[in-house]
Amino acid sequence: MENQIKGQSGPWETVIGMEVHAQVPSAAKLFSGASAAFGAEPNAHVSYIDAGMPGMLPVLNQACVDAAIKTGLGLNAAINRRSVFARKNYFYPDLPQGYQISQFDQPIVGKGAVTIDLPDGTTRRIGITRLHLEQDAGKSLHDQHPTKSYVDLNRCGVALMEIVSEPDMRSAEEAVAYLAKLRMIVRYLGTCDGNMEEGSMRADVNISVRRPGDPLGTRAEVKNVNSVKAVGQAIAYEARRQVEAIEAGGQVVQETRLWDPNKGVTRSMRGKEEAHDYRYFPDPDLLPLELTEARIEAIRAGLPELPDAKKVRFMGMGLSAYDAGVLVAEAERAAYFEAVLVGHGDAKLAANWVLNELLGFLNKDGKDIAQSPVEPGDLASLLGLMADGTISGKIAKDVFEEMYKTGAAPGDIVEAKGLKQVADAGAIGALVDGVLAAHTDKVAEYKAGKDRLFGFFVGQVMKASGGKAAPGAVNALLRERLR
Amino acid sequence: MDAAAVEKIAHLARLALEPGEAEATAPHMTRILGFVEQMGAADTDEVEPLASPHGTTTTLERVDAVTEGGQAAAVLANAPEARAGFFVVPKVVEQEG
Repeated sequence: MENQIKGQSGPWETVIGMEVHAQVPSAAKLFSGASAAFGAEPNAHVSYIDAGMPGMLPVLNQACVDAAIKTGLGLNAAINRRSVFARKNYFYPDLPQGYQISQFDQPIVGKGAVTIDLPDGTTRRIGITRLHLEQDAGKSLHDQHPTKSYVDLNRCGVALMEIVSEPDMRSAEEAVAYLAKLRMIVRYLGTCDGNMEEGSMRADVNISVRRPGDPLGTRAEVKNVNSVKAVGQAIAYEARRQVEAIEAGGQVVQETRLWDPNKGVTRSMRGKEEAHDYRYFPDPDLLPLELTEARIEAIRAGLPELPDAKKVRFMGMGLSAYDAGVLVAEAERAAYFEAVLVGHGDAKLAANWVLNELLGFLNKDGKDIAQSPVEPGDLASLLGLMADGTISGKIAKDVFEEMYKTGAAPGDIVEAKGLKQVADAGAIGALVDGVLAAHTDKVAEYKAGKDRLFGFFVGQVMKASGGKAAPGAVNALLRERLR
Repeated sequence: MDAAAVEKIAHLARLALEPGEAEATAPHMTRILGFVEQMGAADTDEVEPLASPHGTTTTLERVDAVTEGGQAAAVLANAPEARAGFFVVPKVVEQEG
């Protein structure tokens, strides 16, 4: 297996599990009515509950519960009819309660699975251990003062879903594919915006190595892995570090390590080990959460079509697995493609134009499809103009470029620039006659058997027509005249 | 409960102990635990766990609406130190090896 690491003493296998924190895009926080929005003045989005004031009682946000159920269903997971909020106790200035309200032994979502898509076209099933709801902490700024830290509690209490995977991944590539798929699913569901740069999706990666077939080795938890790229790099580094440690006669210590994206290394966070005594206990301020069958079924009924199902449906329209995969990678992209199909039913043609022309232009400008200056209906009209012979495929590309630059409708551009394809036999016949008269020498050579000159004549006629002559008509008329 | 256990709990609770305090406290805490443990004598085999004595079985939920906030000055009012809208605390940095 190419996934193995070659050590000096033989092959090693990497075993990876992930804990992903996904922020629920609710208006208010998990247990208070303060805003969960980014970018406010420090401590402007803080209720007395978030600030840990004595006597304040948390009240659970219904939308966050619904988001957790919806995500659980999207991960094909068991929804627990009864779950319990627990206090995870630790001290840090950005945690004014002195504990985080989380879920411990009775999470809202249990076992599930996602199917990941690997670059070679194969798929693998990765187990989900659980999903639970918990509060985010505040933010400490350490660079504002030489001896002080500044604390902003705006994020304190914002709802997070922690999604824990089984240790089912065997390479950095699989871990990256898992994270990408998880991000795709929550974005389709609308239960997290998946923005890793802004921290609304964060990953902790558990990594261990073992001899193929051996029991699991001791794992290290790598934190601060804040981009898809960093996941790949951190795993590659950490697995290699563990193999070298073991082969040098040492051992892997179970610990928390920090990924340093600048140096490209993981570093031990010593001193955290002893503090890992969270003394979880059920939060006495909150009753258990019981979910009714009706509530779960109502959410199930409202689930959108998820990327795997959409991909299969697109492939059923004749698209390749690759093209279908690129289209479903972003929900907006798939929606755009389907909107084009509404106006023009040729799926393969529509996919070609979305993937090659539109995405080509958008990528060059660093834009995504939501910012497309070309409306899907206009692209459909363009494909229609091509299909009914009004314009040629070559002209269509020019028209598309104009549409992209100006946002104008294709019909208007074709009209204004006089780009309509000429299929009229009289008009094309005149052009053909002109070309043949101007190249009597070539006509003689052609008639003497130099067949490949036919392409030359076609080119000349097309040129004379300004690219507007219908190629079929040109071919037919040339054949007739040269007979 | 011995002195070492008291010291560990004190550390987790960020309580500073005077010399000898752990030894002095250990027997008190042992007695408290012993008092609470009397409950273990009750036979609860046939009793369902009770989340609330009020007959409620599930937690209350609020609608997702912003109803609080915009009170930074009030939130900071009791802070020993505050500046520019932030709480100000002695510098804390994650320990790294």
